[in-house]
Amino acid sequence: MSETRILLDPTSEQKPAQRERVTRPNSLEGLTIGLLDISKNRGNVFLDRVESHLTDRGLKVNRYIKPTFTRPAPVELQQQIATECDVVVEGLAD
Amino acid sequence: MSTQPDGLIAVVKQDCPTCTLIEPVLKQIGQTDCSLTVYTQDNPEFPTGVATVIDDTSLEQSYKFNIETVPTLLRFENGKETERAIGWHRGDWESVSGLSDLGTDLPESRPGCGSKSVEPGIVEKLAVQFGDSKLAARRVEVGSLEDEMEACFKRGWTDGLPVVPPTEERVLRMLEGTTRSPDEHVGIVPPNYNDCTVEKIAINAVMAGCKPEYLPVVLAAVEAVLSEEFGMHGLLATTYFAGPMVIVNGPITREIGMNARVNALGQGNRANATIGRTLQLIIRNIGGRVPGGVDRAMLGNPGKYTFCFAEREDDSPWESLAVERGFSPDTSTVSLFAASGVTPISDTASRDPDDLCRSFAACLKAVSHPKSANQPSPVLVVSPEHSRRFGDAGWSKAQFRETLNRYLQIPVEELISGTGGIVEGISESRAKNQKTMPKFRANTLHIVRAGGDAGLFSAIISSWGGSQSVTKEIKP
Repeated sequence: MSETRILLDPTSEQKPAQRERVTRPNSLEGLTIGLLDISKNRGNVFLDRVESHLTDRGLKVNRYIKPTFTRPAPVELQQQIATECDVVVEGLAD
Repeated sequence: MSTQPDGLIAVVKQDCPTCTLIEPVLKQIGQTDCSLTVYTQDNPEFPTGVATVIDDTSLEQSYKFNIETVPTLLRFENGKETERAIGWHRGDWESVSGLSDLGTDLPESRPGCGSKSVEPGIVEKLAVQFGDSKLAARRVEVGSLEDEMEACFKRGWTDGLPVVPPTEERVLRMLEGTTRSPDEHVGIVPPNYNDCTVEKIAINAVMAGCKPEYLPVVLAAVEAVLSEEFGMHGLLATTYFAGPMVIVNGPITREIGMNARVNALGQGNRANATIGRTLQLIIRNIGGRVPGGVDRAMLGNPGKYTFCFAEREDDSPWESLAVERGFSPDTSTVSLFAASGVTPISDTASRDPDDLCRSFAACLKAVSHPKSANQPSPVLVVSPEHSRRFGDAGWSKAQFRETLNRYLQIPVEELISGTGGIVEGISESRAKNQKTMPKFRANTLHIVRAGGDAGLFSAIISSWGGSQSVTKEIKP
């Protein structure tokens, strides 16, 4: 179906055609924060620091590690993070 | 075609025996001082002996000249078409070309063949490619690595099930199902009160899986849903179970193959399934209603995916719902209800119509709560086997309804709060000076007939109090 790359918008067109981001929470109070290490060099150092800042403020933090930064996270890990966390911080750069 | 140079144009395909028959005629015209251009739809080597043969395998010119039959001969003067001959007819060709003695050794006339530009499924493709689009909807580009089905989910366009990606070609084909213009305004869709055009309805009909011939039913259903009496805004927002349900009456139910028989309220029939689904997609996509947003249904019901069926009219002892509402049996209609789900009635023992009425009433009294009265009228779907009990005994629909209403008068003492150890119920002060109260307000049960041949069951489809049933005629 290579010729069907353009679709007609079925909506009232009140919103941008691009996919919208999830609304950011106003506060982290009471939320569970996931920290995802994508296995890039020294990502853990960055996330350790983020974790200590968050826990100092009394916030709940869960840590996760992706097997490799070269591929998308396994579905099980995506689902685990989605069910256990309200927001996620990823360490992307090295 | 204002840029078209003056002269003659012939559109042909080699696959057409009439086109091959008149090949010498084209050659004959080519040898005169007429300016002849031949557009060929299949083999650019055909015809031979003519100086200007243009490859029209893309069918662009055939589409733009609006060719339905090959061969077609056209004359252009001052950049405008002045005459055309369709198929082969010597007189016509001589008239258009201004020449005489064309193809004297050929038969006088021979019909042509269908142009490749009007083959099934091609017209819409060419309209998208070469036509000036008459569609106004925003174009949404799907990324080259994105799956179209997933793209529809991710943009929030679906009811949770996959939808058919609404390409321009499919929407143009859908719009062939109505005589109405794509830009015609149909109504304002709650909860966000957005404008709804025929085109937007067609887009959602494509997504739901409709065939173009279902579109008139969808359009009438949308008009009914958006009427003041139906009260769609309250219905989509309520914590109660209900959603819109469509009952279709009249000849269109047979024409588009709707199901009024076995499993009529269930799955499996394309028209039933997709017409009801379109309605819900329109309210979601155009109106902006999403569950958990303005839709506050505590549980909802499976009919909120789709709920649409036809009345079984042909072998009924009674006039149909639409006829009761003043329409002729030859008129096709949609009737909209706020429907909260299906409750079975199982009575395999009653042989006498009066007994069966008592039985129906006993089941109907349990709608919403056995101790509630003055409820909105439900739809009672009477099965063929049950309706035969009444038909065989010569009972009219009016007599059936009147008898039911009599048995649906409930003694107030049964309804008072606390009776039977159940707190739910009416207050003593409300019951004052009344001996009985009707189960349903205004005594207007909505009665339709549907279902398979076998089964001594009928069904109650309970309603919701904020909505009135609305019937509209289906127009092309």
